[in-house]
Amino acid sequence: MTELKLYQVGTFAAGNRLLDPSERTEQSGAGRTNSITSGHRACRGCGEALAARVVLDAAMRACGGRMVTVNATGCLEVFSTPYPESAWRVPWLHSLFGNAAAVATGVASSLRAQGRDDVRVVAQAGDGGTVDIGIGCLSGMFERNDDVLFVCYDNQGYMNTGAQRSGATPAAASTATTRPVGRRIGNAFGTGKSLPAIAMAHEIPYVATATVADLHDLERKVSTAIRLHGSRYLHVLVPCPLGWGTDSADTVRVARLAAESGFFPVFEAVDGEVTEVRQIRRQVPVEDYLRLQARFAHLFGEPGHPDVVARLQRQADRSIARFGLLEGEPS
Amino acid sequence: MLRQVEGSRAVAETVSRCRPHVVAAYPISPQTHIVEALADLVAEGLAGTCEFLLVESEFGAMSACIGASAAGGRAYTATASQGLLFMAEALPNASGLRLPIVMTVANRALGAPINIWNDHSDAMSQRDSGWIQLFASSNQEAVDLHVQAFAVAESLHVPVMVNMDGFVLTHAMEAVDIPEQSEVDELLPPFRALHRLDPDDPVTIGAMVGPEAFTEVKYLEARRQLRALDVVQQAADRFAAVVGRRSGGVVSTYRVEDAEVVLVGLGSLLGTAADVVDELRDDGLPVGLMGVTCFRPWPFDEVRNTLGAMRHVVVLNRAVSVGAGSILGADVRLTLAGTPVVVHDVVAGLGGRPVTRDLVRFLLTDAMADRLSDHELVFPDLEQALAARALEAELAREEVGP
Repeated sequence: MTELKLYQVGTFAAGNRLLDPSERTEQSGAGRTNSITSGHRACRGCGEALAARVVLDAAMRACGGRMVTVNATGCLEVFSTPYPESAWRVPWLHSLFGNAAAVATGVASSLRAQGRDDVRVVAQAGDGGTVDIGIGCLSGMFERNDDVLFVCYDNQGYMNTGAQRSGATPAAASTATTRPVGRRIGNAFGTGKSLPAIAMAHEIPYVATATVADLHDLERKVSTAIRLHGSRYLHVLVPCPLGWGTDSADTVRVARLAAESGFFPVFEAVDGEVTEVRQIRRQVPVEDYLRLQARFAHLFGEPGHPDVVARLQRQADRSIARFGLLEGEPS
Repeated sequence: MLRQVEGSRAVAETVSRCRPHVVAAYPISPQTHIVEALADLVAEGLAGTCEFLLVESEFGAMSACIGASAAGGRAYTATASQGLLFMAEALPNASGLRLPIVMTVANRALGAPINIWNDHSDAMSQRDSGWIQLFASSNQEAVDLHVQAFAVAESLHVPVMVNMDGFVLTHAMEAVDIPEQSEVDELLPPFRALHRLDPDDPVTIGAMVGPEAFTEVKYLEARRQLRALDVVQQAADRFAAVVGRRSGGVVSTYRVEDAEVVLVGLGSLLGTAADVVDELRDDGLPVGLMGVTCFRPWPFDEVRNTLGAMRHVVVLNRAVSVGAGSILGADVRLTLAGTPVVVHDVVAGLGGRPVTRDLVRFLLTDAMADRLSDHELVFPDLEQALAARALEAELAREEVGP
């Protein structure tokens, strides 16, 4: 890819207009599939709808349209298929909340048994369907190395049911079940889990994280993942204007700040080892990321909680050190 | 050809001759021998191109079957007891999505207290899951019902549960004839899904349906289930024509023609009960037996036609609907509403307690002599003294009001 540094946004993300047409995103081209097409009922500025479109269109391109999808219960399922309407232009199956991985495994096995080895299987779920209720089936899928690409659209909470806390909700965040009332300052520290790390512990062929702020990076990871066999896991950070209390015009900006603050590390891992990280060119304070979101507003009022903000900053610093996210530092 | 074989092994060989594309299972007693045997059959290449999935839970097993079926494959699993409950969320999903999965349930009690032995509380708990439920009375019938189950399921696009008593049937060595591959192939043409995941013809399966259409979907499902009564009978007739053996159907009757007292039951206890009927007939007592092979859908007409003119009907259920009575008893009572038949609701054989000939004889003779309660749930194999002592102690501990 052409070497471009866009100093005005402080990232490696490249605008399509500066690139050779052959290097532009699939999403910017007229030939894209529109796997999830317009007219669905997602909120304005929905990060998940954006990610799903980019992920599936890139996957369709990379596998020549030979793809079927499985979807967990959640926002993506609800806003895309209010009977008798459907936004899906790809084969799509929704069963339950916690079983997308196992259903996808069944689909992949069935296709193989029928001699249809050319068809690729993609499973999609939100963070609840991935890290909480779906983790049993997902861990089984990883452990057996079933031939499925599992994509988690992580908006860090149960946004479909009214923005309650999930196992992916960050510390100090206010959700419908972790409101800053009484002595509670949002979601408790020392809780939550990193599903990418858990996936890596299964030593599956491919694990990657991405955000909707860098579509080139996201598309490249999807294209890599869909061509591999065995279990593959892609974890995409998708800001939720409703659940995070962000402006719907700020979805991409918020996602970029999550990565540029080190709060959300963007990396790839092969067979359980980190092989590449998206480095931060100019680190931004975590406060810049938090201040855009109403779910952290209680940290900045009067009197506010500067100690909690400092603690979140230390979390980001640890993540930066762990993954070697700063440019020039060894990764 | 008759062969001395364990019930589980016989079922596994039968399922493998049904040419499933995917078998997904998680081990639980007393189902284990079925899936162990199937794992070997698949590894030995005797089940065609079948994929065997060693999943992480029963929820995973049923979910994998859902995916396999939706992708156009024939899918099978087996479970029991807690395992059936662990996949309970996925059962109405499979039936609602119209996926003709076949599942063996090696019937076992539900805990607590934990108990691995046979009764029917597992299957009964999933009565309203939208699955067709068949009950085998012998290992031969278990074998035959599995072939018929796939035929019924794929004809209606409704999943079918084949119940066989845990240990009593699954672990029993008996002479069994497994239908030849050619016979199974004649009964089971290649599976054609109602709609399947296919890149060449994209469909959306599992959309969200609101109040404007949900009732209609459920109405059609209910109508389809009732139609299954005919389809189950047709499958049994077709099986008889091809294999030359009668098995399956919706109900089985034994010496009911001129009977006054009839015992109604499910599963392996029917063999014991038939022996007792013979003995009592030898003594001149007009008794008979009706087995319910198809428990869901409920064969309303057949049950009413068989039992409507009896003096007493004794419903022997190996499950209890705590706080009400027995599920089978309630179904029979409702079916016989408006007739003068006296129905006795009996719960026995829970958690592996054997249903003995003495017990059946006691029930039939007491009913004949008008000595059996027709308004209280009867627990004929209860250790009366022990239960009375425990009940007394429990009542003594209870505090009364503020």
